[in-house]
Amino acid sequence: MADLRSNFIGIKSPNPFWLASAPPTDRKVNVERAFRAGWGGVVWKTLGEAGPPIVNVSGARYGAIHGPDRRVIAMNNIELITDRDLEINLQEIKEVKRAWPDRALVVSLMVPCDEDSWKSILGRVEETECDGVELNFGCPHGMSERGMGSAVGQVPEYVEMVARWCKAHTRMPVIVKLTPNITDIRHPARAANKGGADAVSLINTINSIMAIDLDAMAPADAIDGKGTHGGMCGPAVKPIALAMVAEIARDPACAGLPISAIGGVTTWGDAAEYIALGAGTVQVCTAAMTYGFKIVEEMTSGLAAYMDRKGYGTIEDLRGRAVPSITDWQHLNLNYVAKAEIHQDLCIKCGRCYIVCEDTSHQAIFASLEGKRRFTVNEAECVGCNLCALVCPVEGCITLVHKTRGVDPRTGLPYDRPAANWTTHPNNPSIANAAE
Amino acid sequence: MTIAAHPPGLSDVAPGRLDGATIQSNFADLHPPLTPHEAKVESERCYFCFDPPCQKACPTSIDIPLFIRQIAGGNREGAAKTIFDANIMGGMCARVCPTETLCEEACVREAAEGKPVSIGLLQRYATDAVIEGRQSPYKRGAPTGKRVAIVGAGPAGLACAHALAIAGVETTIFEARGKPGGLNEYGIAAYKTVDRFAAKEAAFILSIGGIEVQYGVALGRDVKLADLRRDYDAVFLAIGLGATNKLGLPKEGELENVVDAVAYIAALRQADDLTTLPVGRRAVVVGGGMTAIDVAVQSKRLGADSVTIVYRRGAEKMKASLFERELAQTSGVVIRNWARPAALEGHAGVFSGAVFEDTHEHEGVLASPGSVFRIEADMLFTGIGQRGTPEALGGAPIEVKDGRIVVDGDRRTSLEGVWAGGDCVVGGEDLTVQAVEDGKQAARSIVAALGVASA
Repeated sequence: MADLRSNFIGIKSPNPFWLASAPPTDRKVNVERAFRAGWGGVVWKTLGEAGPPIVNVSGARYGAIHGPDRRVIAMNNIELITDRDLEINLQEIKEVKRAWPDRALVVSLMVPCDEDSWKSILGRVEETECDGVELNFGCPHGMSERGMGSAVGQVPEYVEMVARWCKAHTRMPVIVKLTPNITDIRHPARAANKGGADAVSLINTINSIMAIDLDAMAPADAIDGKGTHGGMCGPAVKPIALAMVAEIARDPACAGLPISAIGGVTTWGDAAEYIALGAGTVQVCTAAMTYGFKIVEEMTSGLAAYMDRKGYGTIEDLRGRAVPSITDWQHLNLNYVAKAEIHQDLCIKCGRCYIVCEDTSHQAIFASLEGKRRFTVNEAECVGCNLCALVCPVEGCITLVHKTRGVDPRTGLPYDRPAANWTTHPNNPSIANAAE
Repeated sequence: MTIAAHPPGLSDVAPGRLDGATIQSNFADLHPPLTPHEAKVESERCYFCFDPPCQKACPTSIDIPLFIRQIAGGNREGAAKTIFDANIMGGMCARVCPTETLCEEACVREAAEGKPVSIGLLQRYATDAVIEGRQSPYKRGAPTGKRVAIVGAGPAGLACAHALAIAGVETTIFEARGKPGGLNEYGIAAYKTVDRFAAKEAAFILSIGGIEVQYGVALGRDVKLADLRRDYDAVFLAIGLGATNKLGLPKEGELENVVDAVAYIAALRQADDLTTLPVGRRAVVVGGGMTAIDVAVQSKRLGADSVTIVYRRGAEKMKASLFERELAQTSGVVIRNWARPAALEGHAGVFSGAVFEDTHEHEGVLASPGSVFRIEADMLFTGIGQRGTPEALGGAPIEVKDGRIVVDGDRRTSLEGVWAGGDCVVGGEDLTVQAVEDGKQAARSIVAALGVASA
């Protein structure tokens, strides 16, 4: 049986599934329910500085987009950091850590961008004997208007500066949580690394307006007729987060920087993908807020079963395995040829492949054969784009087949040409220039 | 039809076998309408196929993927309009079409998983939103001065009249009965069209204007085809099948409680209170089509203890679809194949049972080996087919085959200026949806022939 134990920058947990800093981790009662359910760790909902508590709206904090059967595809929130008194939070964190010594308990922090504020809060948090801190440089709504959250995360110099202060003022491991609302995620990641952060976590939520109510002419779930952008999360953001995690994982300037991955983790498989891209732990929120804490049972059992199947004994055995396969476009083999093949025994003759290829792609599918409704690929036109396979409602009915023998009727070139990419391609202007 | 209530003992035929509440529940909607959420989920199952097989399977060629996508997008009335553009009786067809042998059989999800998109229910969801107490969403065309006579206010007649109204052609419908709708109103099992839907739909169609209906006027009796040809620019015959087939057995016309199923269903549909309709404690039904199934199931739901359908050939030859046969069986009706009635029995002029002879088929010909059995019953329903009444044409030179009118692809008869459609024509499938298509095509052809703007 696979060993799911995790040791992330010295923070140990029985499994790599942590609850992300968010509403589910705002209070002791929730966190203890999560631990009882089997979660490996939590990042406590972001604490702010001492003083008058944060005020939240008293209307809809959350929005969502749904699939046809009310399946939550994404959520969005405009909740601010914890609105509970700092002392209550610190007391509860201390109690929970004492009661659950084997679980990871990291505390998320967001205070104004000056050294004293950070030094002061770090001292208080250290007293709780929690396992580490996560710097919330990510939330895109509300707090960013006050110069915190993503307002910091969007300026790499600030990220580096605050990370450095924190490392100077605490012995605890420091995780920097990154905002995705930025052009190139590598810059704040490098800044965190340079500032001495022990790890980065990503992604925080994505700027979002979920829907416009066309009767009210206002954002859906408005507050007294008005709405504001929130932060989006859930299954829909996973591809964005995967790309960002991969960018950091393969960035030489961030080599060895541990990653706690966040973004739409709903099942064990999502988590395994992030781990394959180098993440040491994964953080979950939307799935828990959709189904409750019990989902962790599916996650741990599924991940263990997969690792057993593949012969990975530990998380470290699996971690980062897919990173070498991520590359730049210019390094893709341009002599690799694949073409679509429609498996007639599986085809239900809906014709979606035909119409999308005909209307929007390469006119590479025939709709009939000898007067009968039969969909077949015209290899003389097929560029192997995959669109037909993606829109086909039957899994496995259309596949891309790697061509290795013969001549491509589309290009007249043999299929078995040796690998070559854009960097050596004759059409590449930079090569032509170099030759001149 | 002679139905006589008799005390138990001799022959037990009585009304009110079940209390009103039970009967009401027995005759409730067979397929309850989809809720908005169900409709949304079901609509998302449609693959929006290229050159959609469902649309091709629909006699009226409704753009099914488009209307389903409109439902998914929340445009329910737009979906209804897409349906009505092809089939103004989309509401009734959603209820009575044998979708399992039409659109839903062709649905690629039927091939994929044996679970087609519920096209019929979605069509009902869309059309219900518009029909209920609403005006036709179509505008009557500017008057062209042309006038067409339509005989019969059933599906074919109403569809033709509606299409002609859009084209600005005035119509007068001559209807022998007292209400519009034809078999929608007088035939069809009650649990398929609850809450007086047939009447609502007819009112919805007629609301476009430019359609006058004269009730109680029968062709051949009250009005002559020759006069209609003289007085109108064109004539559309949608007279249905006016007569039913007989068993051809001795005593058939004499015994009480040997009943024509079509007439019984009409009485049932028109009954204000189903507890007043007499039904036998034991009923036997002869036939294998929809009429036989409908009368059998409804008899059971009125409270008959035992109902047996006897059909002379195998189940696969029955015109009633598998769904309908199963509906009968799950309603408690016994279907007995390979037998036909040989003699009717009675006491004192009242039906008491029938003798059936076993049958088998040899090189396509039915034969009886000689063995017989007897079914004792209080009522016998005949549901062995309807036939045309070409005598109503008054000897007009219109080509007729097997009692039905011969038409071309445009629904023209062999007589100049006369079109025909619905159950009365050759090749008809005796379906509401086919009748609507006939009316639609005839209207197109009439509009073209009259030289007015196209419908």
